[in-house]
Amino acid sequence: MNTILEARRINKYFRKPVLFHVLKDINFKINKGEFASIIGKSGCGKSTLLYILSTMDTDYEGELYLNNQLITSQNNDYLSHLRNKSIGFVFQFHYLLSEFSVLENVMLPAKKLAEKSIQEIENDAMEKLKILNIEHLALKRASQVSGGEKQRVAIARALINSPSIIMGDEPTGNLDSHNAQNVFNIFKELSETQDLSLLIVTHDEDFANKTDRIIHMEDGGILAD
Amino acid sequence: MTNWSVILGIAKTHLLTKIKSTAVAALGVTFGIGSYITLVCFMTGLNGLLDDLILNQTPHIHIYNEIEPSKEQPISLFDELSESFNIVHSIKPKLSQAKIHNALPIIKYLETNSNVQGALPQIKTQIFYLSGSIELGGNLTGINPMEEVQFNNMGDYIVEGSAEDLKNTENGILLGIGIAKKMALKVGDRVQVSPVNGGVFPLKIVGFYQSGVSDVDARQSYATIKTVQRILGEANNYITDINVKLNDMELALPMSKKIEQQFKLKAVDFKTANAQFDTGTSVRNLITYAVSITLLIVAGFGIYNILNMLIYEKMNDIAILKAIGFSGRDVQLIFMSQAMIIGFVGGVLGLLLGYVLVSIIGTIPFETKSLPSVETYPVQLDPMFFVIGFVFAMVSTFFAGYLPSKKAKIIDPVKIIRGQ
Repeated sequence: MNTILEARRINKYFRKPVLFHVLKDINFKINKGEFASIIGKSGCGKSTLLYILSTMDTDYEGELYLNNQLITSQNNDYLSHLRNKSIGFVFQFHYLLSEFSVLENVMLPAKKLAEKSIQEIENDAMEKLKILNIEHLALKRASQVSGGEKQRVAIARALINSPSIIMGDEPTGNLDSHNAQNVFNIFKELSETQDLSLLIVTHDEDFANKTDRIIHMEDGGILAD
Repeated sequence: MTNWSVILGIAKTHLLTKIKSTAVAALGVTFGIGSYITLVCFMTGLNGLLDDLILNQTPHIHIYNEIEPSKEQPISLFDELSESFNIVHSIKPKLSQAKIHNALPIIKYLETNSNVQGALPQIKTQIFYLSGSIELGGNLTGINPMEEVQFNNMGDYIVEGSAEDLKNTENGILLGIGIAKKMALKVGDRVQVSPVNGGVFPLKIVGFYQSGVSDVDARQSYATIKTVQRILGEANNYITDINVKLNDMELALPMSKKIEQQFKLKAVDFKTANAQFDTGTSVRNLITYAVSITLLIVAGFGIYNILNMLIYEKMNDIAILKAIGFSGRDVQLIFMSQAMIIGFVGGVLGLLLGYVLVSIIGTIPFETKSLPSVETYPVQLDPMFFVIGFVFAMVSTFFAGYLPSKKAKIIDPVKIIRGQ
């Protein structure tokens, strides 16, 4: 099996207000096409771990590999490019640019990557919106669509550059059970049909139980995998 | 690698959705630049007016025979006393003629110099204006009327009649308006003048002269050189003063020194003659620039403030842009380009506003007795002011945008996303 993401001996400390050892020797791998979830209680460090894996947080010890390439201590521009091209994000609070239309939100990462023409990007974006059944919202402002729809827009945006892995920080945490189920189904389908790797942080046990693999965290360490 | 179309697209959307704060920021620049243009054009216009007031009446170089004591007294030429300490009391000025020796050849010689626009001969003399038994003291200057009009803007100061009338009228006089008032004279009347050495000459008044300085207007009159020579009973080579007009005013001082040496005459340049006027001009310029820069700095703080607020409002956007792969530099460029767009639009509008205001000021009537040739407020529309204004708009918005955008660059997206 192809390894997409690998963490080796990740340690992280919070220095303020007092020195605190948040993550203790984290080691794990995510394979291609795997749908994994990290669960644990509040404060166990699961979100902290996700932000390290996402390359946004660079203040840690240990080594991180994406597609078998070491990405620890690379410069910020390289990491930005990597996030743009290889990692898709879905957050708890949707995080769309509220002043842009749904379509523009989805197109933005691809425009930044600038590997395709605007026309191609627009076609791709419409295709992703179709996959998620929200193509009718394309020209609406991001601030005018409902919470569940926003989350689907965020997923479409995460998919636009065909990333190696999608990471989610409680993507269903802010949704009702119907929409949460919807989002799960979308993830599941992406994982099965497009062989996409997913790593979702959640504290929703039901959600986690339906994934391929559950990583239990407690007190900054992996309790069970 | 910077993807400008994406960055400018985001900047444009931010500016258009916050059109009110964008407009306020741009208006700050507009008013700053607009008032700078207005102020600087108006002030330099006024300065130019005041400069002209002085310069029109002061020749660039004034050549005459100074009455002064000899620099070397005879005793210093006596060898036997050269080692001793001599004191001469009650030195009197040397008796010399008022006329410039060989004045006409000197004028011809000066006119061959490429920097000389014109060298104008004059005769200055004291006379009395006679009205019945009353004698009023005054000055009569003999001039070549047409040359004075051409080189010294004499025409601006003739309020009635013209220089041509003076030239064409035998025994004509251009009377100072103050004298005319005192003696209740009109154009066409005759006035009797008497030179210091006696005699009475009736002259025909062809016009009135008003310099704006009432002391001068109450004494000064003009006649042609020929007329004055006749009144004084002198030959037609009798010239007491030569006024030189230069192409490059800045060369007045070295040239006057050279003339003094060459002809053994007194030659005074306009700067030496009007030292206080030079100081006045530089102080006025200083005030103009101090006020303008203050206005522009205030506008700069306005932009800084609004961009700062904009960035606080856009924290989430900054975090999300960074999360989806925009680098810190991209984010900084987004906000910098917003600042520069505000600066550009505000600056261009400011230049227009300034131009309109200056044009309006330039049409407001401004009549003053001391400046008969001026009818509206003086303004100077120098393209350089517009260039400076525009450059300052861009530079100040650059700095006003730089600090807030620097902050946007270093914002940690994790803190914002987790802090939600």
